[in-house]
Amino acid sequence: MNASGPGHFNAANLVRAHEIVAQYPKPKSAILPLAHLAQDQDGWLSPDAMREIAQLVGETPAEVLGTCSFYTMFKRTPCGKYVVSVCTNVTCLILGGPEILEHLEERYADDGDVHVEEVECLAACDNAPSMQVNYEFHEHLNPEVAAAIVDDYKSGVLTARGVSGGRTR
Amino acid sequence: MTATETRLVTARLRERPEDSWTMDGALASGAYESLKQALGMAPESIGKEQVAASGLRGRGGAGFPAATKWSFLAPDSFPRYLVVNADEGEPSTFKDRMLIELDPHALVEGIAIAAFAVSCHLAFIYLRGEFALGYERLTDAIRDAKAKGFLGANIQGSGFDLEIVVHRGAGAYICGEESALIESLEGERGMPRIKPPFPAVAGLYAKPTVVNNVETLATLPHIIAMGGERYAELGVNKSTGTRIFSLSGHVKRPGNYEVELGITFRDLIFSPELGGGTPSGRPVKFFIPGGASSQWLTGSDEHLDAPLDMDFVQQTFGVMLGSGAVMVYDDTVNPALIAWRLAKFFAHESCGKCTPCREGAGWIEKVLYRISHGEGRPNDLDLLFSVGNSISPGVLNAPFTQTTICPLGPSAVSGVASLHKYFREEVIAMCSNGPRAIPVTAGAMQ
Ligand SMILES: Cc1cc2nc3c(=O)[nH]c(=O)nc-3n(C[C@H](O)[C@H](O)[C@H](O)COP(=O)(O)O)c2cc1C
Ligand code: SF4
Ligand code: FES
Repeated sequence: MNASGPGHFNAANLVRAHEIVAQYPKPKSAILPLAHLAQDQDGWLSPDAMREIAQLVGETPAEVLGTCSFYTMFKRTPCGKYVVSVCTNVTCLILGGPEILEHLEERYADDGDVHVEEVECLAACDNAPSMQVNYEFHEHLNPEVAAAIVDDYKSGVLTARGVSGGRTR
Repeated sequence: MTATETRLVTARLRERPEDSWTMDGALASGAYESLKQALGMAPESIGKEQVAASGLRGRGGAGFPAATKWSFLAPDSFPRYLVVNADEGEPSTFKDRMLIELDPHALVEGIAIAAFAVSCHLAFIYLRGEFALGYERLTDAIRDAKAKGFLGANIQGSGFDLEIVVHRGAGAYICGEESALIESLEGERGMPRIKPPFPAVAGLYAKPTVVNNVETLATLPHIIAMGGERYAELGVNKSTGTRIFSLSGHVKRPGNYEVELGITFRDLIFSPELGGGTPSGRPVKFFIPGGASSQWLTGSDEHLDAPLDMDFVQQTFGVMLGSGAVMVYDDTVNPALIAWRLAKFFAHESCGKCTPCREGAGWIEKVLYRISHGEGRPNDLDLLFSVGNSISPGVLNAPFTQTTICPLGPSAVSGVASLHKYFREEVIAMCSNGPRAIPVTAGAMQ
């Protein structure tokens, strides 16, 4: 997290935010990239962040919320350090995706750092069953292997991207 | 059954697995030579001559001829925008992700050629939000291309300027539909627009806009290099060239295979150098030939021996090659279960703008859930058809119409129509026997 508190871009990100807005012919287009930037900084998309985004793009906070609430990647409540997205779509379904989801949901039910979610096809069906941790792919899984991977993130053996996939440029 | 790959678009990433995504690796395998060549041509001739002669059709799903789409751009209306559809979300499609991660320079080169051809100076890549590695590779590729003078101002001294902005989506399949994609790019909720006007007339910021798929654009450098006419010698009928098929499910060798159009589904699924057949050795019960939105085909000889020809499969069986995803299921799989999971997908991804899709997809999901989980009721098949018919009137005897703004609604009915066509007795048995246990995952692989 940053020194100036959630919902306020830190100095480097504020510079980046202005660059992002300038890339578009119309500032409103920057809502999605700015929301990713805020989420990577804060770990979620807070009302404060949306208010600042609104100012940056010259819209009302309600407009920003209206847009962002359409998109499942934006977490509008704090969701922990690791977003674990398990695919259960058709190829993963026949190869064991639902069992992985169930195992991880149970295992991390009380773990505030780990947010386990069911997602649609991740475009990794050739190596199904598949999941992502903070948008890093992990493939050829079974419940035990998947849990070991999540544990490796928690113990620092694996380095996680930001909660929005990291490195928003 | 000796069909093999024909690698054009996938040549670099297969031949240089160690560095295909870097500028050095790309340059060492001929990247940007076609761009240099194209910059020496009259811009309009690229579409009207090369791309038209190639017969290239969109690889995103609808198979619309690329040159024709470009020709619809409102004349004398500027600026124009090129928007790259890199939102790949169609279940079991994973070819664009591969191209983006392993050969981003092919896409950048294709974008530059297309932008030059249609006189556009600002292009957007709408990238699926979940593709974090792809985002890094693409932004690096754009930075490096700019440093080498393949993007930016006065490209290769031609006087042509182009900037590319990578715009990440945020988890909404519907944003792959081109008008929803444009809404999303404008900072709105991703809801499709009523057409007309089509994007070529009023697209991004109400300006003329071309929306093309990643693979479509990544093919352009090869068309320029070979010449459109030679490209058109590959393939079959009006399905020219090669296409990348994402093969998954019950095959020994799941993966992306670039093949000449016109080989058969049997070639693709069974050839030892392609799918290699089912891992269990059991027969193919059914397969979905063009992504989740398509209706299905079965393991019958008639279907397996059908050629990968967009118009043939559409006219003969009412299915599509769509996004190029082929999902294979052996005879251990309960087809109602697959139909349910796909219906769940469409119900979840419906944007909610039109009632038949928003409500109907949810109904279809619920009814298919109970059928596939052993709790089907005697009238359930009729109920499914009546809901399906309210979204796609006439869906059981294609061609059907749609009551919805975009094709996502009808896609939610594809599974229902397929069950009716090929598995009617099996489904009726599930509905009339009352509750009984059917395994949720029927038959794991290997
Ligand atoms: C619900 C829906 C989802 C779609 N998703 C994608 C997608 O992820 N990628 C894509 O290229 N086209 C997708 N399309 C097709 C696009 O609307 C559009 O036809 C295509 O991007 C045009 O590019 P092409 O002519 O090069 O194929 C989708 C269409 C619909 C109706
Ligand atoms: S058909 Fe479905 S996804 Fe398409 S516009 Fe209507 S509600 Fe939205
Ligand atoms: S079905 Fe799970 S990654 Fe495609």
